[in-house]
Amino acid sequence: MKNKKTRNLICSLLLAAVLVGVLLYIDNSPLKSSMLSTVLQKGAIYALLVVSMNLLNGFTGLFSLGQAGFMLLGAYTYAILTIPVDQRINVYQYFNGGIVQFQMPQIPALILAGAVAALFAALIGAPVLRLKSDYLAIATLGFAEILRAVIQWEKLGPLTNASNILRKFTGYDSILFPFIVSGVCIAIIVLLINSTYGRAFKAIREDEIAAEAMGINLMKHKMLSFCTSSFFAGIGGALLAMFQYNAHAKNFTTAMTYEILLIVVIGGIGSITGSVLGSFLYVACSEWWLRFLDNPTMIGTFKVPLLGHGFRMVVFSVVIMVIVLFYRQGLMGTKEFSWDAIFAFFGKIGRFFKNLFTGKKAVKGGAANE
Amino acid sequence: MHDFTYYAQILISGLTIGSLYALIAIGYTMVYGILRLINFAHGDMFMVAGFIMIYITSWSSGFLGAGSIAVGLILTLILTVVLGVMIEKVAYKPLRSAPRMSVMISAIGVSYLLQNLSTYVTGGLAQAYPNIPWLRTEIQIGGITVRRLAILTPVLTILLVIALVIVIKHTKMGMAMRAVAKDFDTAQLMGIRIDRVISITFVIGSFLAAVGSILYFSYIGQVSPTIGAMPGLKSFVAAVFGGIGSVPGAVIGSYIIGICETFIKSNQDISIFSNAFTFALLIIILLIKPNGLFGEKLKEKV
Amino acid sequence: MSNPVLKLENVTMQFGGVVAVDNLSMEVGEGEIVALIGPNGAGKTTAFNVVTGVYAPTNGCLYLDGKPYLCEHPTGRAKHDYLGSDAEKFAGKPTLRKTPDQITKMGLARTFQNIRLFGNLTVFENVLIAKHMHAKGGFLAATFHLNGKEEARMRREAMELLEIVGLAELKDETASNLPYGQQRRLEIARALATDPRLLILDEPAAGMNPQETVELTEFIREIREQFNLSILLIEHHMNLVMGISDRIYVLEFGKLIAEGIPEAVQMDQRVIDAYLGVDLDA
Repeated sequence: MKNKKTRNLICSLLLAAVLVGVLLYIDNSPLKSSMLSTVLQKGAIYALLVVSMNLLNGFTGLFSLGQAGFMLLGAYTYAILTIPVDQRINVYQYFNGGIVQFQMPQIPALILAGAVAALFAALIGAPVLRLKSDYLAIATLGFAEILRAVIQWEKLGPLTNASNILRKFTGYDSILFPFIVSGVCIAIIVLLINSTYGRAFKAIREDEIAAEAMGINLMKHKMLSFCTSSFFAGIGGALLAMFQYNAHAKNFTTAMTYEILLIVVIGGIGSITGSVLGSFLYVACSEWWLRFLDNPTMIGTFKVPLLGHGFRMVVFSVVIMVIVLFYRQGLMGTKEFSWDAIFAFFGKIGRFFKNLFTGKKAVKGGAANE
Repeated sequence: MHDFTYYAQILISGLTIGSLYALIAIGYTMVYGILRLINFAHGDMFMVAGFIMIYITSWSSGFLGAGSIAVGLILTLILTVVLGVMIEKVAYKPLRSAPRMSVMISAIGVSYLLQNLSTYVTGGLAQAYPNIPWLRTEIQIGGITVRRLAILTPVLTILLVIALVIVIKHTKMGMAMRAVAKDFDTAQLMGIRIDRVISITFVIGSFLAAVGSILYFSYIGQVSPTIGAMPGLKSFVAAVFGGIGSVPGAVIGSYIIGICETFIKSNQDISIFSNAFTFALLIIILLIKPNGLFGEKLKEKV
Repeated sequence: MSNPVLKLENVTMQFGGVVAVDNLSMEVGEGEIVALIGPNGAGKTTAFNVVTGVYAPTNGCLYLDGKPYLCEHPTGRAKHDYLGSDAEKFAGKPTLRKTPDQITKMGLARTFQNIRLFGNLTVFENVLIAKHMHAKGGFLAATFHLNGKEEARMRREAMELLEIVGLAELKDETASNLPYGQQRRLEIARALATDPRLLILDEPAAGMNPQETVELTEFIREIREQFNLSILLIEHHMNLVMGISDRIYVLEFGKLIAEGIPEAVQMDQRVIDAYLGVDLDA
């Protein structure tokens, strides 16, 4: 037992060290401006967005579609607070430099980005969290749309720059930055899920009525989950803005929420490691590996059929439908990646070969009765 | 200040938009009534119907000339209905015993697929909708100039709704639909062929969406891959507002939303809130009257 | 004299024009096992749902250990339509409507007629979740695992409970994979984990064979002793009810028609009529 724990800890530390090493190497080499680096950064940011949505949808069973709205709040809060004072006249060119005339340091601004998103979640949560599944979905979706309109309102221009883009705010230099922020945030979510409150969330997911009969205050716990999820969605939104060097309300659409939801499904509803894996996989495919699907290609004089602008997204949608219909568990189901499972897997393979050479028949099934 | 004609114009276009929302909203409300599913793909089906019309008329105009519009109209209605039923069979039927969240995700997936497929096929740009001259002719009513389309839309909508209500209230199929909406499992035990009822529901919903798409796109003149999402969601809100599962409720909700929205749009200062207004209305109605204006109460048994 | 653990005072529950429970008054004393029986449709389950706070009564007050937790009287239109008795009795009292979770915190735990476990979670987690409501550590403290002592205590207590009910071996099994009888046991263990004063069992023997029913009877007796509980149960199985109850209340058409020790209730002519039916032509 103790031995295993130590072994797992060592493995995790090793993995983290390798990751940091690779990232540092990329950071200081020409690879920094390559597709690999883009995918890694965006993947890390998406991982946080997806995990925060999974906390709500997968672990608490609240089908919310407000993710883009909370990301928008985070991105705007961060951007507004960190544009250098002397640049504001350029950014808020139609509003005399706007009304905010100070610049905050990066980390406090990032935390505030989450806090503002969580605050709005608390305000909207009180009424909408009483609604049942699909009504909750449509109400949160509507809330995100309302936010998008309000932020682009001309009268709020001095604060939000109305329908104009926000830019020139503090970014990051090292590609390690999104990994660290995202990693810390996901770690906190994992800790939460494994705490007594996380168990209460899962109880609500499994059966609201039974959870309430076990003394769990539904409203309070739904609210906690909703605000926590929004807090991290806000931070994720701010990271995304940094990655893109701009924040623009126009882009935080329902389609963005759908995209994140679909990654949750790909990774497995209710699996954190699934969400993380799913994010990197999705980003890598959409930005890089499957890009070729979008380019009409000639092999000699033969034109490869179907390839062309937009084909990549068609393939994606089909894959997603196949997952939804036939592999409802996604990559990981509700399971988590664990070193024990990995070692057990290799152990099994090892035994298989040993038996192969010693001529014994491999025992099927065994302990893995699932 | 504006004069009477100005407001009458706005009111008429509000009625037109409201009618179009009503045609879509009925599809939502009927499917929700029976499957308890928000068919997120419904708005996108409406968009696809628009493209079907465009492609068929341009393909057939080569050899049919003016007749291509008629062929286009008929094939649009048929193909949209086929598409609607197919979506149900492929994407919703296999998930009938799955948790509700899975089915909703499947609906979102279909919506995503239809949008991406349309982007791919059409190149993602907006395309002009075939011009149906008869609909665009302007006529005079009491000093107000309107296109014939603006009058036809509410009239046609009301006629279709009356026909539908008669079907639901007075035919055997309508009775089966009401039974399934009331209690899915019991209806099945009573020997009602659930699959057929669901298919018919999708036929009716898709047919009305196709009619709506012809009128809507004739009204705004063009189709693009993401154009169905917003009218779709608004129609859903209208259905919820009227009380989900109730056809007259959906129609009344649609008119209220259509008219309010047109008035908001006509005011420069607040026109950006025209979409937001609909959703604000949704949140308010869900809070004060969660079952909508005419909805029935649903409660989970302990 | 000490207060009864549970007391219902003139409770009426009306749905539209139907009075499902009419003017029901009953008590469960310290350490008692009390059964509520009656033919199908007599209003047992409705009474149960009122006691556990799923429904707010139309009229009447309910007390746990002498403290009121639900208190209602008809007002406005409801008063106009009211068909029950004693409409004015609670008119002056403030209405009180605790939610099911608050009622559980006051010391009332329940099981469900159609088992409602947290199906995808393990046996151990099911019990551990019920320990959550007594957790003192705040949200942040728990998130950052600064409540180690408390967490360890919760885990220890949950484990002890599993040992008592005989499910310790299965602690890592997914709850929905357990056989039916063990699911019932787990549900009772989960209810016990909330440290109740009163345990309410909704048809605990439903779907059980005679052998399992005998075991269950034994089990209910054991936990009463061990946890110093009062128990209220709704049950159809007469063997179980007669063998275990200290007192029995009998409902018919929402009204209380008899109460007393099992032997007396068994002999009561009205009870016999209610169950066997009276031939009106005779």
